[in-house]
Formats: sequence, C-alpha cells, structure tokens
Amino acid sequence: MKIEGKKRLWQEYQKEIATDKFFFVRSCVRQNFFPAAEQIFLRILRDTLGKSVYENPGHTTCTGIGYHCDVVPFNTTMTVVARQFALMTEAGCENLAVSCITSFGLYTEIIETWHHFPEIEEKTREYLRKATGREFNIPRNLAHASDIVYKLRNDIAAKAPHRLVNKITGQPLRVVEHIGCHYSKMFPHKGIGGAEYPYVLTGLVEALGGEIVDYPERRHCCGFGFRQYVVRANRGYSLSCSKKKFDSMEPYKPDLIITNCPGCPYFLDRWQYVVSEMEGKTYGENGHGIPVFTYEELAGLVLGYDPWDLGLQTHQVSAEPLMVKMGIPFDPEKKYLGRNGENFGRPSKPNFLKIDMDGINKEPLVLTN
Amino acid sequence: MNIDYYKELSLDVRFTEGLTGCLHCGTCTAICPAAEFYNYDPRIIAETVQTRDSDKIRELLSGNTIWYCGECMSCKTRCPRNNAPGLLIMALRALSVRTGLFTESEKGRQQLVMKRTMGEWILKYGYCLYREEMTLEDHPEQGPTWEWQNANLDKLFNRFGVTYRGSEPGPLRKIPQEALDELKRIFDVTGASDLFDFIEEQSGKKAAEMGLDFNKKLDCAYVNQIYNLDSGIHTKE
Repeated sequence: MKIEGKKRLWQEYQKEIATDKFFFVRSCVRQNFFPAAEQIFLRILRDTLGKSVYENPGHTTCTGIGYHCDVVPFNTTMTVVARQFALMTEAGCENLAVSCITSFGLYTEIIETWHHFPEIEEKTREYLRKATGREFNIPRNLAHASDIVYKLRNDIAAKAPHRLVNKITGQPLRVVEHIGCHYSKMFPHKGIGGAEYPYVLTGLVEALGGEIVDYPERRHCCGFGFRQYVVRANRGYSLSCSKKKFDSMEPYKPDLIITNCPGCPYFLDRWQYVVSEMEGKTYGENGHGIPVFTYEELAGLVLGYDPWDLGLQTHQVSAEPLMVKMGIPFDPEKKYLGRNGENFGRPSKPNFLKIDMDGINKEPLVLTN
Repeated sequence: MNIDYYKELSLDVRFTEGLTGCLHCGTCTAICPAAEFYNYDPRIIAETVQTRDSDKIRELLSGNTIWYCGECMSCKTRCPRNNAPGLLIMALRALSVRTGLFTESEKGRQQLVMKRTMGEWILKYGYCLYREEMTLEDHPEQGPTWEWQNANLDKLFNRFGVTYRGSEPGPLRKIPQEALDELKRIFDVTGASDLFDFIEEQSGKKAAEMGLDFNKKLDCAYVNQIYNLDSGIHTKE
C-alpha cells in the first residue's frame, strides 16, 4: 500500500521533457569544480544516444549564486536570463537544457513570475532591448539535465554493459540519492515526482539496477546556503548540514551517493574530507569515503566510459572501491595521467581519508588499451 | 525621512508572493536547516512582517537575523498555507541593502564581500565563481586534489578534451568580450551597477565609523573583518 501510494503521488508530478534538439546552458559550479561532468553529459547525448545539442560560447552565468547571495537584483537576474533565452531563440531552438539546479530553479521562478505578472516580463524585455538590442522567446520546454537523463534512462540502461549491482555478492548497490533543493522545493510540479518524493534520480537508479536508501535526512539541504558558504565566517553552517546528512545515512551503509545539483556533489565530496581531517572520521568502507556522483558520471560509468574520462580523479573521495565492487575495468595507474599519458604528478594524500586503491585488497580488472 | 518599511517591502513581488497569511504553526522552523544551526526562527520572520509594523521591520533590516537563512526554500515546500519565508527573507535582504541598513549588523556587512567577489567576477569573467580566485589557503576544504588540479589546469582540461580558457564552447571557456560588455550594460540599465556603488559607499562610511582601514582591495582591514569575524552570538550552544 505504501509503495502504491508513492507511485500514485509520483503520477501527479510528471512533466513533459524534450528528447532532442536542445540548447545547452552550463553551470558555474560544475565548470569550476567538475569540468568533465558536462562534457560527459554532452557525449552521452550526442555520441551514445544521437541527440542534437547546441551551445553558444557567448552564454554566461545566469547570476544565480549572486542573486541568492542577495547582491544581484531580481531585475538584473531576469534580464541576464532573458539574454540566455535570446541566444536560444537566435539559434532556432525551443528546448532549454539547463546544467545547473540553481539556474533551473531560477528559470522556473522567472517564467512563473512573468506568467503571473506580465508587466514584469514586459519590463525585462525593455531592459534587454536597451542593453543588447536582443529579443527572445520563452523556452517551450525547460528541463534540467537530470530530467533529460531520467527521460532517456531506459535507453541508457539498454546500452549499458554494467549495472548498479555488487558483482561479488550479486546484491543491488545501495544508493543515496540527493536532490538539489532548488530542483523542486519551490515549484514541486516542475520536478519529476515533486518535492517530497522526487523520482528523477530514483528512476535512473532503479533503471540501472540499484536500490535506493531511504534515510531520515534524505531531503535535508547539503548546506551550500549561498552566503553561508561563500563567507568564511559562516562556513560552519555548510559543514554542519552535510555532516548531519552523513551521520544520518551512515547506518544504512550506502555504496554511493548520486546528486543532481552542481553544489551538492562538491559539498558532499569535500566535507567528507574535512570531517576526516577534523575528527579522523570516515564514512565509507576501509577508511574510504562514500563516493559521490552526478547523474551523468554514473550513467557514463555504467555505459563503460573510461572512469578517468568522467573526471573522477577530480573528486576528493575516490570512486575506486565502488568500481571494484561493480567489476568495472579500469587502470589505477592512469588516474592522474594526461590525455597522451604524460605525467604531471599526483595529489598528496589526506591525513585520514584513504584515496585511490589504498586499503582495497581486491585487484581491479585492468583496461589493456 | 520617515520610511514605511512595510510599504517598501510590498513593492517586491517576492514579498507579496511569499506571504499569504501565516498561521504561526512553526512547520517552517521545524524543517529549516538555518533554524537548527543559528539562533533563527523563520516563523518569527513571517509573524513580524505580518504585523505591518514599520519599526519592527526596520529592526529586522538592521539586525543579524535576516542573514541566517540559506535560501534552500525547504520552508516553501512544507508550509500548509503556501507561504515562503525564504522569499520574505530575499525581499527583506534586498531592502536592507537598498536602504543601507545592511551595514548595521555583523552578518549584513558581509554583503560587501559578495559584491567584491562574485559581483565583480560576474562582470570580469562571466561566471559567478572563478577557480583561480579561490585559493587553497582560503578554502582548505578543497583538499589536496585542488592543489594538484590548480597546478595543472591546462593539462587537466586537455585531459577532458577541452581547452582551458579557450574560445570554443566548453567548461571555463573565455567568455567573449562582447558578451561581457552586454552583461555590463544589463547591470547598468537594471540598477545593479548603481547598487554595487552604493554598497561600496555605505561600507566605506561604516569602516570609517568603526576605525578600520578601507580601500578597493580585498585584503583591507574592513574586508578582513567582515569576512572572518564570527562574534559567537549567532549559533546555538
């Protein structure tokens, strides 16, 4: 009954998601902290699934973090977003694929605002005209990148040589899914599954054979809090929120965390390192952390992309324990090498958190070419 | 000058949309991450603005409380009356900045840091965040991987098949100057540039009042203080 109830609720929170001909706008956080992730999203869409995705290098930040740090006024943010819409319109596109959750929430908020207050839309059009001479159409379809991966999850699963299954025990992997707050907390009907039972990542994990962990602080914010992280004096807020989540999920022994927000994987990755340095405490197995992935990193992993093409070497928490468990072939020696095998050193080791293959007894399957 | 702060708030669509009648149930406070960490109670924010009492609203605008929220908007999801205390906070903060009252509180004064970091980075680089501006010394949480990455940015980006600060579409491409010029004009016509100047001016006045060195650099005494100071009065025991 409980499951049926959830499924019924999910059915109320469905949305239309385009499947092709996207105009792609990037995330400031992802470009800075996980620069390979968006490239993998594009490769999966273009190369693996044959979709068309257009990009204009002249698109910019949406100013979202500045807006939520309360230093960029709403009129300014709306006009910058209107400029992104203008670039989409000029490219002949109608489907906007948004890499960032803060941006996605903001685009949703702006379109809703314009819907209810047409005079604000008109004012924004005037600002944009005056500043740039551009005109725009509102996207016909607005989707977050994780919505698109969700929509295409069965195509991905059908092409994937790997499953979210522990090859040693044969059991499904235990997955913590973490949804960025601005995905659907403001506008539940704009997210798959709404805000209480978002299904966007759960659906992907289920399609790939994993099992979702339901733990008490599942919907708690990762703790970015915008100004609460940006200003050093406030940063304890951010760390405390993430730690609350780690402590809450720990008894359920998750194999991995998957997120759909740019900031969340960063905080859930880096704050595990900080907790280990501060308290000598680690949350994964054998002194490792719990590896944190985005939806496209995970999709890339099961699709058989080389893990070092996915940018997993830019995470502070290593993915090796998970890859060994899944039986994914990889070469640990190539982790920190360049594109053509050049050696540019390797990061030093943290004091407590184990990284790379440290503490893992089982040998990985080695890629030979 | 006698400002009716309630009337000023009512001009902000986020305020009118965020307050539909609070019944003081406290659900927002129960779910609020900030309420758990700080001496903060979103229910009291809604209760206070609902009184329409201009003096009480002025107190909020001058104090630390409105700066505790993380704008996660968890309150919006759970409110049985469809209020959004997080939106009220955004309207209150905007008004606090616009009226200069932000310099009256320790947390409010931090707005100068927002202006001098992401506010300026948006116009200089076209990104809210810019990794070369984020040092390991200031962000030790970045860990050893950050140090390794920053020492090898060209090679690392090349590893992922893209050019760091290149002209083609890609992560951390160099945003074309024409695009940055458009951003600047948008900031000019929509009032953001004037607001930035006002934040500088008001912060400079406050620095003089506090006897702290103030200049355009990020490492002057005033900026150092507002960025680092935690007087310890904000959090729970």
